[in-house]
Amino acid sequence: MSFSNNLHHPQRLWHFHGGLHLEECKALSNGTEIRPMPAPEKLYIPLAQHIGGPAEAMVSIGETVLSGQKIGRAQGYISAPVHASSSGRVIDIGDYPVPHPSGLSAPCIVIQTDGEDRWPQPPASENYSSLQSGELRERIREAGIAGLGGALFPTSVKLNAGPEHKISTLIINAVECEPYISSDDRLMREQSADIINGIRILMHMLKPERCLLAIEDNKPQALDIMRQAVSESGLKQCLVCKIPTLYPSGGEKQLIRILTGKEVPWNGLPANIGILVQNVATVAAIAQAILQHRPLLSRIVTLTGQGIAKPGNYEVRIGTPLSDLIAFAGGYQQPPERLIMGGPMMGFTLHNDAVPITKGSNCIIATGRDELPEAVDALACTRCGQCERVCPAQLLPQQLYWYARARDMDKIQDYNLFDCIECGCCAHVCPSHIPLVQYYRFAKNEIWAKEEDKRKSDRARERHQAREARLARLEQQRKSRLRRKKEALNKKPGNKTADPKKTAIEAAMKRVAEKKKNRPATAANTQNLSADQEKQIQQANARRQATTEDPPA
Amino acid sequence: MNALLQHSSPHGTPQNNVTRMMLQVLLALVPGIIAMIWYFGWGVLINILLSCSAAVFFEALVLKWRKRPLQPALSDLSAIVTAVLLGIAIPPLLPWWITLIGIAFAIIIVKQLYGGLGYNPFNPAMAAYALLLVSYPIQMTSWLPPEMLTDVHLSFSQSLSAIFSGILPAGLSWDAISMATPLDDMRTQLGQSNMISEIRQSPLWGDYGGRGWEWVANWYFLGGLYLLYKRVISWHIPVSMLASLALFGLIFFSLDPQSHPVPLFHLFSGGAMLGAFFIATDPVTACTTRKGQLIYGACIGALIYIIRSWGGFPDAVAFAVLLMNMAAPTIDYYTRPRTFGHAERERD
Ligand code: SF4
Ligand code: SF4
Repeated sequence: MSFSNNLHHPQRLWHFHGGLHLEECKALSNGTEIRPMPAPEKLYIPLAQHIGGPAEAMVSIGETVLSGQKIGRAQGYISAPVHASSSGRVIDIGDYPVPHPSGLSAPCIVIQTDGEDRWPQPPASENYSSLQSGELRERIREAGIAGLGGALFPTSVKLNAGPEHKISTLIINAVECEPYISSDDRLMREQSADIINGIRILMHMLKPERCLLAIEDNKPQALDIMRQAVSESGLKQCLVCKIPTLYPSGGEKQLIRILTGKEVPWNGLPANIGILVQNVATVAAIAQAILQHRPLLSRIVTLTGQGIAKPGNYEVRIGTPLSDLIAFAGGYQQPPERLIMGGPMMGFTLHNDAVPITKGSNCIIATGRDELPEAVDALACTRCGQCERVCPAQLLPQQLYWYARARDMDKIQDYNLFDCIECGCCAHVCPSHIPLVQYYRFAKNEIWAKEEDKRKSDRARERHQAREARLARLEQQRKSRLRRKKEALNKKPGNKTADPKKTAIEAAMKRVAEKKKNRPATAANTQNLSADQEKQIQQANARRQATTEDPPA
Repeated sequence: MNALLQHSSPHGTPQNNVTRMMLQVLLALVPGIIAMIWYFGWGVLINILLSCSAAVFFEALVLKWRKRPLQPALSDLSAIVTAVLLGIAIPPLLPWWITLIGIAFAIIIVKQLYGGLGYNPFNPAMAAYALLLVSYPIQMTSWLPPEMLTDVHLSFSQSLSAIFSGILPAGLSWDAISMATPLDDMRTQLGQSNMISEIRQSPLWGDYGGRGWEWVANWYFLGGLYLLYKRVISWHIPVSMLASLALFGLIFFSLDPQSHPVPLFHLFSGGAMLGAFFIATDPVTACTTRKGQLIYGACIGALIYIIRSWGGFPDAVAFAVLLMNMAAPTIDYYTRPRTFGHAERERD
């Protein structure tokens, strides 16, 4: 089926399996303009706000910092730096509570702000179009940008798809399919210029054939504004796509399916099929980083729920304590029962409001009485199959549940547990009120823990094979690159007299030397990870997923 | 601040619950039950009430014994659904103790000994029906004629005394009031090499099934549509089951129309309609994958035809369902859907 959403370029849309129509609850927060919140008295800036290695503090206690100053440097390829989101003095570096399902503490840099928001002298502005994509990527990395949709994967790494993956389609994800959240909606309505600039920069870097900006049809104003902005921008290959509201259309794989009809292979990345997806807020942050030399210092947070006096969207500095933000928003309407960070389908509950806003805090819900009541009475699974009907990953949630309960970790992987995106659709429809996702997280953690010890489960083997294949591919590429170089050298008329072999060797040596010189600064290729880096990613992933919830009984 | 509630995502309670689904099943059965009471008298209602109270009693007993809380298991209404299904499957004046044996077997052995709702491999109502049919073949096959074919209409109290004491009103004998079901009749007569055209002369026959019977089937069909509409069941099992039954009927009917009844006869006789929408679709014991459900339904349809035509019992829904209950896990295993992002049939 196809929907005609643009008179000039009708864009065909596809379906993914399952999905849910959820009560949106967005009206609570999307009616008012984004309110900027002034710098709080103290900022608690966690060193790990992204997937990958945590940043390393590069300031010391007592030091004065300026707004935008880098205070933590990235460690390792998959990492991101952190910055002072206002000027002031570093008063402590140590463990403080961070927003994490476990309620754990983690290293933070604490800044006593001076209320002046002093900035360093801005560097002379230049035209980014004269810069190579590698340089732009480096700037994005230095700006500390990570996926602002909540995934928090370092953006510079994601943008480096590698030479073997030509990105033909750039997708800007402005779907925002979780209930309650409206930060991207407001961003599009109020800051479309940044988004357009960001798209321009990405188009310059990636040179895709087309760029699709996907917005759900429950955001008509944002759709109108973005369509207008795109048509005024003259970006010919850019198309705003109105997609039907259906949770979880904003999931990366689901969105790719909707817009292109393609499925990302289970063991691959979107880049494998020539696609790159960026969240719309990330795109706006890229524009600010490149055009205004402004690193990622703040983000738009949807503060909502019946427990909040003035729900709405707030522009909040990274590191602002949640309690300060709530006070700024008029305080609690009623004593909250729960604080949910993220949306109701995938967010996690906080232990208290003494945690800072981080790069990933897109939404905070303070639930009032009887709002989103939690089920307590799980019954046995009747195999009714409702869960299967809605699973966007086309899994058999009831079988996964069965094997998770039986702790049969081989069988559960046989049923592709690791393809579960934890969207929560299955648990949301289960008539027996079984907390299915909790079981899947438990099983995943169990398996990761086991793998750590033995590394001999199915998944590890699969990873190993994938790695072997990758290495073989790299070798192949290296060879073909050499061959191409040789041919090129042979063709050059000026080189006719020179010994082509010798020239090639010289050129290769020069390249190696240059590479060596640049190594600390240049970003490597994601496909070119060392074993250590690989492990780092895995650990980071494990950490991200890890919860300290008791194994479900 | 106060201690906040901690909970794993997703947040909020699902709209749906088991009790509600079971209630919808019961609701969907109501038109068919009313039709049965209309055609076959108060005995139907008495059977249902008897089996329901027995089911609740036995369920509570076992839960007590297994030291499980009573409330959740009883309020999920699954025992009531089992009881109603058995209550409408047995003859209207079946002696009370046979009904009790059936319910006790269904609830204690087939359901609770396997671990309760969700763990039983066999459909409890059908397992009990099969047991009773094998153990008490005479009682289990003496049906009453539909109301238009008889002058004897037992009152509520007369039915009550017939069921509980076996005493019929003066001047009536069991032989005089009971009658074989159309399926039974068709079987016996075909066994005597009568032609279909002769058999159909009898007043027992309506438009395409037995008189009265075909209307009961119509009402169950309607209830089934309601369940489909409410998404309590999916279309896969009923459609594949009825389609395969009809297909088999059609093949043999077109080969020899004089010794095989029209396909519609099979759909609207015996327990086919009830079975397609209310019994084969029992989620606990059926296949759960989409493809699996198509296979499962089709096999039940085929088995019904085979057992009806060549087996030892006139109706076959119970046996067909039980046989396929056994095969369901295997079918499920081989019909797993392709996971998103995986190639078709990628298995190690
Ligand atoms: S929805 Fe719940 S009860 Fe139904 S099959 Fe899935 S896990 Fe079992
Ligand atoms: S949480 Fe996992 S199993 Fe459940 S619907 Fe989402 S992807 Fe499927």
